[in-house]
Amino acid sequence: MNNTVMNRMDAAFEKLKSEGKTALIPFITVGDPHIDVTLELLLGMEQSGADMIELGVPYSDPLADGPVIERASARALQNDITLRDSLQVAKKARERGANIPYVLFTYYNPVFQYGAEKLFKEMVDSEISGIIIPDLPLEESTPIREIADRYSIHLVPLVAPTSKERVQQIAQHGRGFIYCVSSLGVTGVRSSFAANIEQFLQEVRTATNLPIAIGFGISNAEHVRRFSSHCDGVVVGSAIVRQIEEALPLLQSPQTAQDGVLQICKFVRELKS
Amino acid sequence: MSIQEQVYRYPDANGRYGQFGGKYVPETLMNALIELEQAYETYRNDEQFQAEYKQLLQSYSGRPTSLYYAERMTKELCGAKIYLKREDLNHTGAHKINNTIGQALLAKRMGKKKVIAETGAGQHGVATATVCALLGLECKVFMGEEDMRRQRLNVFRMELLGAEVVPVISGTRTLKDAGNEALRYWVSNVTDTFYILGSVVGPHPYPMIVRDFQRIIGDETKRQIQELEGRLPDVCVAAVGGGSNAMGMFYPFINDLSVNLVGVEAAGRGVDTKEHAATMTLGTPGVFQGSLSYLLQDEFGQVQPAHSISAGLDYPGVGPEHAHLHASGRATYAPITDNEALDALQFMCRTEGIIPALESSHAVAQAIKLAPTMRQDELLVICLSGRGDKDVGTIMEVLGGNKHE
Repeated sequence: MNNTVMNRMDAAFEKLKSEGKTALIPFITVGDPHIDVTLELLLGMEQSGADMIELGVPYSDPLADGPVIERASARALQNDITLRDSLQVAKKARERGANIPYVLFTYYNPVFQYGAEKLFKEMVDSEISGIIIPDLPLEESTPIREIADRYSIHLVPLVAPTSKERVQQIAQHGRGFIYCVSSLGVTGVRSSFAANIEQFLQEVRTATNLPIAIGFGISNAEHVRRFSSHCDGVVVGSAIVRQIEEALPLLQSPQTAQDGVLQICKFVRELKS
Repeated sequence: MSIQEQVYRYPDANGRYGQFGGKYVPETLMNALIELEQAYETYRNDEQFQAEYKQLLQSYSGRPTSLYYAERMTKELCGAKIYLKREDLNHTGAHKINNTIGQALLAKRMGKKKVIAETGAGQHGVATATVCALLGLECKVFMGEEDMRRQRLNVFRMELLGAEVVPVISGTRTLKDAGNEALRYWVSNVTDTFYILGSVVGPHPYPMIVRDFQRIIGDETKRQIQELEGRLPDVCVAAVGGGSNAMGMFYPFINDLSVNLVGVEAAGRGVDTKEHAATMTLGTPGVFQGSLSYLLQDEFGQVQPAHSISAGLDYPGVGPEHAHLHASGRATYAPITDNEALDALQFMCRTEGIIPALESSHAVAQAIKLAPTMRQDELLVICLSGRGDKDVGTIMEVLGGNKHE
């Protein structure tokens, strides 16, 4: 990697580690329900204790996502939100003083159509540190990772409880952090995690020197606490998107949008407690 | 190297057909796909497995299906001699069962007792429900709500056969969304569930497995036309949604370069409108439901809804091997509109006494265009992939067939 400036993501994980803390990583879908709300949420969630934010690019066929995030995608697509808007909103947040790292979550086809080279170049410009592509497994990832490396963008891999002997190889090619999928299934709130989840996390831990984060179904403060002792980061997605969905009446009107944003920020603060 | 100079050997070790194909799925599914690939490698060369598959095709589904000389149709069109490969005569009324028998046997060999499938027109769903009943497997079929409305009869058939039909209410509520939902369900239940995918689409190894189980169509056709005419056909025409009957017909002929392979896709209300499913004619390369192929999409890679009067062709993607045959020029692909398909359907009813499925009617429509441009000593084979009984309701709606009410 030729970038002399340390990737914002690496710096954040390093700092948290030295403080003995775990990163809280909320996920939101860009443009749900409006791009201005996304900007306010980026700033507000940072104030409320988010250590990193996953920016979901809306997609027509989100096959790794459950109904909550699928509906958020559909709402954003009604506003014609594109990959370009996702880059721009990050840039605007930076202009308004946002400091925490961002990681883009997008299906592969939007990347393929936009052009990986162009995307990563513009991600550098928007100061987005990494990218998660849920339908780009190790076998298909090499060309993308090579381009990402040139721009010091981390292509963050996913490992699942079904990965077994693949964990080693995936971890070897990992960048930024390793995203551990908590259980079988799509994103969304769930009542239980994979049996032996701690053992799975331990396996990933021994396979890599990178930070590890857990996601899929992490939905309340108790879950966050439970996994904080095993992971360097905890991703909360559908639970936050569901809060957004519940606050839609507030968020959709410019007069009350700020109240809606505060409501979601309160939820983020509660996750930290 | 051009395709003419080498023996056709696809997919390669990475599941690619030229640039197309691959395995674009969540990591959770990767080991399941690898396991499926290994199991298939074992059983494709296993004599006992192949014998059981062939035996069920023969005694249960009624194969070989006939290659029928459509004499009246030939005479009306004053051109090439037309043969129909009668896949509509299969048990359950379409070619789909060739594949479901194969995959269900594979599921059983792999020790999986639960099966899921996606369906558009309902033919694949019915064929899956049928073999699951036969082999004692538990069966769930995902079907778009819109398609359930269009194909009520098939929904009931599946339920009668003991399958659970799961309505899909996401997206456009058609085949593409049924496919998404089946994949989502599979991600959650991958350890004990076998996904019987119904077309030559999806991640590797599915396009290969489905093609191999459907190649019986082309293999039989090749043998039968040799027996009847002493030579290979000049043209083979088949409808393409995902493309399984077409791939099954084309594959055994790929190295026979004298045989023109013509895929027919649904142009819906016309390729100059937004309501079509003409993936080859108007699509661009993109990744969708696990593989890189042609796709109807916007400039940001959002998948665009497809339209066709035929639920089985109403799909914005197409199998990666077809994409490769298109890109390499080995096969050509032509669009046929809803109206052309309806006209062809009625033409076939009146000349041959056969009601073709709306899907197959697209192939018939293209043959009606091609035959008069060919010499009378030339041979044209239409893959009549399914029978039209399931479509009678739709056809009545469109043609206003309630004359006697």
